[in-house]
Amino acid sequence: MNDVIPTQNLTKKDFISGQDVRWCPGCGDYAILSQVQKVFPELGVPKENFLIISGIGCSSRFPYYMNTYGFHSIHGRATALASGAKIANPDLSVWVITGDGDGLAIGGNHMIHLLRRNLNLNVLLFNNRIYGLTKGQYSPTSELGKISKSTPTGSVDYPFNPLQLALGAEGTFVARGVDRDQVHLRELLKRAHEHEGTSFLEIYQNCVIFNDGAFAHLTDKEKREEAMLVLEHGHPMLFGKERNKGLHLNGSRLEVVTIGNRYGISDILIHDERNKVQALLLSELTYGDEFPTPIGVLYREDKPAYEVMLKEQIDARQKIMGKGNLHRLFHDGNTWKV
Amino acid sequence: MESDDKALQEQLEELDIVTIRFAGDSGDGMQLTGTEFTNNTALVGNDLATFPDYPSEIRAPAGSLAGVSSYQIQFSKYDIHTPGDDLDVLVAMNPAALKVHLKDLKDNGIVLINKANFNARNLKLADWESNPLEDDTLKGYRVVAEDMSKLVQNSVKDLNLPPKIVTRSTNMFALGFLYYLYDRTPDSTIRFLESKFAKRPEIIQANSRALKAGYYYGSTVRAVKTHYRVDRAKLAKGVYRNVMGNQAISFGLLAAAVKSGLDLYYGGYPITPASDILHYLAAYKHFGVKTFQAEDEIAGVVSTIGAAFAGDLAVTATSGPGMALKTEALGLAVSTELPIVVINVQRAGPSTGIPTKTEQSDLFQSIYGRNGETPIVVLAASTPGDCFNTAFEACKIALEHMIPVILLTDGYLGNGSEPWLLPDVDALPVIKTRKTTTVEDFEPFRHDPETLARPWAIPGTPGLEHRVGGLEKADGRGNVNYEPENHQKMTELRQKKVDIVAEKIPLAEAYGSNSGNLLVVGWGGTFGALRSAVERGRKKGQSVAHLHLRHLNPFPKNLGDVLNAFDQILVAELNMGQLQFILQGTYLVKTEGLHKVMGRPFSTGEITAKIDEMLEGK
Repeated sequence: MNDVIPTQNLTKKDFISGQDVRWCPGCGDYAILSQVQKVFPELGVPKENFLIISGIGCSSRFPYYMNTYGFHSIHGRATALASGAKIANPDLSVWVITGDGDGLAIGGNHMIHLLRRNLNLNVLLFNNRIYGLTKGQYSPTSELGKISKSTPTGSVDYPFNPLQLALGAEGTFVARGVDRDQVHLRELLKRAHEHEGTSFLEIYQNCVIFNDGAFAHLTDKEKREEAMLVLEHGHPMLFGKERNKGLHLNGSRLEVVTIGNRYGISDILIHDERNKVQALLLSELTYGDEFPTPIGVLYREDKPAYEVMLKEQIDARQKIMGKGNLHRLFHDGNTWKV
Repeated sequence: MESDDKALQEQLEELDIVTIRFAGDSGDGMQLTGTEFTNNTALVGNDLATFPDYPSEIRAPAGSLAGVSSYQIQFSKYDIHTPGDDLDVLVAMNPAALKVHLKDLKDNGIVLINKANFNARNLKLADWESNPLEDDTLKGYRVVAEDMSKLVQNSVKDLNLPPKIVTRSTNMFALGFLYYLYDRTPDSTIRFLESKFAKRPEIIQANSRALKAGYYYGSTVRAVKTHYRVDRAKLAKGVYRNVMGNQAISFGLLAAAVKSGLDLYYGGYPITPASDILHYLAAYKHFGVKTFQAEDEIAGVVSTIGAAFAGDLAVTATSGPGMALKTEALGLAVSTELPIVVINVQRAGPSTGIPTKTEQSDLFQSIYGRNGETPIVVLAASTPGDCFNTAFEACKIALEHMIPVILLTDGYLGNGSEPWLLPDVDALPVIKTRKTTTVEDFEPFRHDPETLARPWAIPGTPGLEHRVGGLEKADGRGNVNYEPENHQKMTELRQKKVDIVAEKIPLAEAYGSNSGNLLVVGWGGTFGALRSAVERGRKKGQSVAHLHLRHLNPFPKNLGDVLNAFDQILVAELNMGQLQFILQGTYLVKTEGLHKVMGRPFSTGEITAKIDEMLEGK
């Protein structure tokens, strides 16, 4: 039993379930949970309309810690379960919490089909590049050669790139955030909510036990400004402590240039969230080698969501045929009387 | 002319019961021909049962034995239960069809043959060493062998139609001939052609001419000396229509949605022979039905669980291999105590098996096939029309008890058809769901003492926010709980939730007598053959009764007593003895099994032979 609170009066504490949070101390999941609890009261959604659905894995404990409707389902299937729930009740604000194993390995198939169908729901994919709950095997996003419990001599298994997968699957909102970058993450959560289609938000999340420091270059105060490119729609893609470095398009390739004698600000590529080709180029940049790692919204487009089109079809049929009547249906066609 | 008519009348003979099989190449349109004859038979008012039987390949090599497609119908002035055993008439459109089906034709039965296809190539493809039209093969049968293709061509000569359309109309010639043979008029099929091909007048013309050519061929050529009439059947009063099993399932689901006041959600992946359920429901959008063609079987059932959590009447359907993929999700539905209905239109297995052929080999899978202690209610429909009642009941149990329910049918039921007495919609029971909006004292896993159902608090209901999942949970509040005593308690509770359904279902009652020498026990789609054989036995004075189970988990409460009232028990099923094993294990009774796994239903004769053997030692 919960108190019923008017939507405009909701605060962070209304979204805390009271169950003990059992993630490891220092886990990046805490930061993400906290941001979600902060953002939800600001979305103007009645508390009872939030539905959080997860699969299996460390991140998938998430629904238990949120005082909303929640479903901790089975491994890899959160996206499928969320699809059914959203179709059944399009008024719900549905959030899928998944990880690189749950969402990309065992649940990869459902993920790509959710993206192409463009149901209006939000996917938060916690990417820590490792299997945590099963205690430290490599994941589909672990780098080649990863030393892990199941690959003591290094993995011979190439990773794939979640954002490219999402773009390739016709995702209509493709974004990346970092667990420790809290203000920016809140912004992304809001934008994911606002997007009327499937929002795919990859969140780089540090696993302190099995893959600590995987994203240190993006969280370390010394390194981050050199390593991170914060995307802003309509603005030149600049980064660096001095904000004097930028991405320049040379032919069909991106390169990092420094503003100075040879390059001016006009040589720096302007970020355009609506440009899919550019988004694909940006999605190449992942974990920061010679290039900075872009965070923010890489791509978005507006197209009708699955459940909206389905509802339109149902309404249209009812308009033409009248609301279904069992008696009429049974008696339709070749009948005879005895 | 007058004398002709008189002669004709004199040769009209009344029959009680007739069995016909249309057989030809997959491309010969035998399913359509059979369906049209069936619709006509229904309008005449006979009782009927049908058995469409077609290859798994959409187009097996033309003329090959593997490519033969057939459609069988039995019709009668009496109440009948099966599509019949031996044939009165065989339509064989090519040598392969003759090869496959001739053995089922009765002595002196009529065989209608399209001579045009009996060329050297087709004879070889069908493994005929010599032309059966020219040797002794057809001795003892009444043979009507005609070049139908040529007669059809002649009938449309003046129209200059494309040859392909003309060739494809040949099946209508055979249909027309049979309409003559059984004293029908071809009007219903002409109406069908006119509505189906309203925008293709050339197809209507070709088919109508072919149909009439066959009809007049029968009456003028007198290829067969007699023609026949089967009188109307004396069925229960009411309005009837012909219905296929998969169609009746979709009607039953719709009715349950209306009677529970819920939207119907269907999530599924196409699979033979269950896909028609998706096809039917997708056309019922005016009932508010939401159909979701998922990316795979797992997403089909898991999306169904999501829709159930969100408050819809949520259903999925599949066949054996798809059921295997849904296994883990069924455990989730049991653990979260959500109402979903899962329909398995069984096919022959294992693995991909024989997709278009029937079997009953998923009973163990349905009752036991999951990890952990995961009991699920299992029902089975017995006839195409009964699919309606059973689908409705499956939804009612799921919603009133907050549990998943498995409904078993099979390919024979799904594609088979029979006259269906239209139910009175107002008389169908109202389904009372467990939906709640009461905030006070709400606990998501507090169970109703009578049904053990938990409350259904759907997202969007203020104040009832809660979490569910596949982890073990505490009784009442539903929080994750791994305590030993709690797990024992919850495991027992989930079993009791299934057991308690036995309080609501009718007691078992044998047909024929309550005790005696032999009880024939079956379940699902074998109903017709078993009932017919038992009726036949009782007419002969045998002490035999029939018990057909709809409720397979839990069983009716008195089942043990019913079984024990007979000296012998025969369990006949299209598997290797799955129900037999469960009955023996549950009630410690001695039984005999009759097991058939040939992808085909039982014939009445097979059951009769077994009954005779057990009663008379024959």
